[in-house]
Amino acid sequence: MSMFWSVTLNLLEGFGMTLTLFALTLLFAIPLGLLIAFGSMSKLGKTFYRKTSGSEGKEKKPFAVYPIAALCKFFVWVIRGTPLMLQLIVIFYGPGLLGYDLLPRFTAVLIAFSINYACYFSEIFRGGIESIPKGQYEAGQVLGMTRVQTFFHVVLLQVVKRIIPPMGNEIITLVKDTSLARVISVYEIIWNAQAYIKREGLLWPLLYTAVFYLLFSGFLSLLFGYIEKKLDYFKS
Amino acid sequence: MSILEVKDLYKSFGKTQVLRGISFSMEQGEVLSIIGSSGSGKTTLLRCLTSLERADSGSITVNGKTVFDPAAGVKLTREEARENQLQFGMVFQQFNLFPQYSVLDNVTLARRLHAKELPDYASRKKQIIEEIETDAMYLLDRVGLAQKAKNYPCQLSGGQQQRVAIARALAMKPAILCFDEPTSALDPELTGEVLAVIRSLASQHTTMIIVTHEMNFARDVSDTVLFMDGGIVAVKGAPDYVFGEGATPRMRTFIGKMG
Repeated sequence: MSMFWSVTLNLLEGFGMTLTLFALTLLFAIPLGLLIAFGSMSKLGKTFYRKTSGSEGKEKKPFAVYPIAALCKFFVWVIRGTPLMLQLIVIFYGPGLLGYDLLPRFTAVLIAFSINYACYFSEIFRGGIESIPKGQYEAGQVLGMTRVQTFFHVVLLQVVKRIIPPMGNEIITLVKDTSLARVISVYEIIWNAQAYIKREGLLWPLLYTAVFYLLFSGFLSLLFGYIEKKLDYFKS
Repeated sequence: MSILEVKDLYKSFGKTQVLRGISFSMEQGEVLSIIGSSGSGKTTLLRCLTSLERADSGSITVNGKTVFDPAAGVKLTREEARENQLQFGMVFQQFNLFPQYSVLDNVTLARRLHAKELPDYASRKKQIIEEIETDAMYLLDRVGLAQKAKNYPCQLSGGQQQRVAIARALAMKPAILCFDEPTSALDPELTGEVLAVIRSLASQHTTMIIVTHEMNFARDVSDTVLFMDGGIVAVKGAPDYVFGEGATPRMRTFIGKMG
């Protein structure tokens, strides 16, 4: 077997891990992101009135406290504000520092990626949901539809249409971010390629990985273009 | 018995009192127009009636059933609230059609969803859907858009969209059909077709409340005109009275401005 084929097969195996991580991350991050999005839009809470002395004498100034929304926003701030690599290390090595058993490497990576991407997704979802005019919900209400019916039958597809471009961006970024998994020795494609440098002093397998990434992100671009086109029949 | 009785309705947004004791009643088949300058509380009144806003105090009685009266401790169950919601149809200024659904589906969507709760839905599904679609096509024909049933809202003019919105509201068979400035978002040359539809509904004695800036239209089509000013009912009566001897000086100024 030629060297080229043996490298190709080896990289393909690594890319299998890349794709598995990619697909499972999406599977968990999308619903979790939706949950965080709803959480950060939650109006559950209490309005307090603070007495202040304004121009017209004593005034009561309202300020609202939404604990669920605040918690979600804090969480999103921490996750978006720290490097994914750091989160990976915390989730993998953290339990050990506290005297617990380590998680399996792949599980740790999957948890870190899912949480990280869920936070980015949640902001995209929130933006999408909040951009739908209030009139759509009101129209559903006056037609006797429940809020859940209005969300799923009226609002959701409009949100999907609006978030396809930013989601496309984020999802293509995820394909490449999976290569971070190597920092805790998950054997994905870049890890496999780097092994050739260490073992045999070969650089080209590392450059060769770009072809795999390009082919897959090209496929994703086409897929998103297709979905966008499919939803072109209506304007909102 | 009046179909709708509103007593002493109050509503504030923050410090701004928008409704300051609104009372009126209307009969089955009556067409009531509400006029008044911006900020007089017309739209808020309509939104309180249609449960899009909750008034602060007062009472609302529909067909003899009190549906809102916090002082008397009236509290509707979820089912009653929904029943009451469906007593009122609403046509919005901005149409609020569902963009991803065809014209026909816009009209049938809510009824198809409600039909799923029928006990015999599973066994009669096909027949039920057919009935709903036949009804919808009849309504679309009434607003002159049967041939657009398969089109999407973005393919229609504003006037056509508003006519679909009227058909959609009628599909729920409301006891009272409410219009919130139905022609205000339309180009002047498109208002006529929408007003014509409302006029034809009036000739068939559909009970309607119309918030409008179209003075001539309000005058012709209404049985009763209600002039709101600063959150109260300033003048109410037959159009000839309200636009004639009943007009207060403020209303004369208002009508003068509206041309």
